[in-house]
Amino acid sequence: MAESTVASKTVTFIITRQDKPDSEAYTETFSIPYRPNMNVISALMEIQRNPVTAEGKKTTPVVWDSNCLEEVCGACSMVINGKPRQACSALVDQLEQPIRLQPMRTFPVVRDLVINRERMFAALKKVKAWIPIDGTYDLGPGPRMAESKRQWAYELSKCMTCGVCLEACPNVNDRNSFIGPAAISQVRLFNAHPTGEMNQDERLAALMEDGGIEGCGNSQNCVRSCPKGIPLTTSIAAMNRDTTKLLFKKWLGV
Amino acid sequence: MKGNSYFSRKLHSLVGIIPLGGFFIVHALTNFQAFERGPEGFQNGVKLINSLPLLPVLEFILIYIPLLFHGIYGLYVAFQSNSNLGRFKYGRNWAFTAQRITGVITFVFVFWHVYQTRFQVYIGNISHEELGSTMHKIATDPLIFVLYLIGVLAATFHFANGLWAFLISWGITVGERAQRISSKICMGVFVVVAVLFILSLVGFRGNEFKEVADAVMAVRSIL
Repeated sequence: MAESTVASKTVTFIITRQDKPDSEAYTETFSIPYRPNMNVISALMEIQRNPVTAEGKKTTPVVWDSNCLEEVCGACSMVINGKPRQACSALVDQLEQPIRLQPMRTFPVVRDLVINRERMFAALKKVKAWIPIDGTYDLGPGPRMAESKRQWAYELSKCMTCGVCLEACPNVNDRNSFIGPAAISQVRLFNAHPTGEMNQDERLAALMEDGGIEGCGNSQNCVRSCPKGIPLTTSIAAMNRDTTKLLFKKWLGV
Repeated sequence: MKGNSYFSRKLHSLVGIIPLGGFFIVHALTNFQAFERGPEGFQNGVKLINSLPLLPVLEFILIYIPLLFHGIYGLYVAFQSNSNLGRFKYGRNWAFTAQRITGVITFVFVFWHVYQTRFQVYIGNISHEELGSTMHKIATDPLIFVLYLIGVLAATFHFANGLWAFLISWGITVGERAQRISSKICMGVFVVVAVLFILSLVGFRGNEFKEVADAVMAVRSIL
């Protein structure tokens, strides 16, 4: 008896699919049995187990990317009911049905919901989002970081390169070379570090090249969309201040 | 795009406020004399501007060249943007899209407006003294009045919202609170300047501007 009542409740998904990076996208509807506390990933796993559309047609399993399942790795970003977010923390009970899943088209689509976030890692390389400490001899301990500074810098370090801010940004598109909010915030993070600060001008200079920080148009969608609540617009404005200072420093030859 | 877009974009932001924003405010105040003090007041405003030294040089360096650069580069900036208002219905995102739309409207409006006024003085169709009566003709035509209303509102929004973005782009307002307060101040600027321009347009509709126009025509016919 209990089984029949559970089985009668279903969740409907409308999923945008794409077989190859260059092939046409199409949608398929899936109706899957409801289970309490489902998230979008567990629903996708259900479709993977039984890849049959709502019309009863057998299809290929929907492909997606995921890893940590606790919103710290950034792999399962997708557009859920119109908003880019992590599929693992998107609880079915809190979503309006039918639930629409789309890939984040700002990035090249590999297949179905899988995207290639390579440009984000390239951006981190471009701005040198690391602290160079390698030497030919032991450089000894670096300067200490004030606890008060460490606390706000920690917030910036929560960035998981998930790509949601780039998807939300109206200036990240194929006509624009804007680097995106994530890498700019990382410049602020590494420039805040007492050792990283020693190379701060190199990172700022990377933001003052074509496709750097100037691409920001202040729509501020990024800060509203970031799943980790990183103050991206504050980071951008702070880096605007630092790049402006560096600009005058270079001009005036200080 | 050849060259470094950091410099071009930064320059675009700067000239939008200095000198163009400054000129925009002076223009609003001069026009407002038409409402506050009538034809004579407006005429004095025009005279004051015309009494500036090296006026043609000032016009080119402080207005025409920055205006063309800001306008043309601005069209390119607008072209580089997507509007995603359908998915992100946030106030700032509305302002982002509106900034680009009002920019394009202002671009077209400014060309048309300069053609109708300053350009006519250049080619000798009207004199500086006849600008008031020219504006009277413009403001009393219902269609042109409405188009001017759209034009000045677009330009004023673009200036006020651009001022807010300028403060961020140059790293003056960094924190969230600073940006929130500056957005309120900038919207206040929008309201005040918009009222100045609308009242100026209303002022130009007044019959006293027509009488001045008639007087000028009379003088011309005698000469």
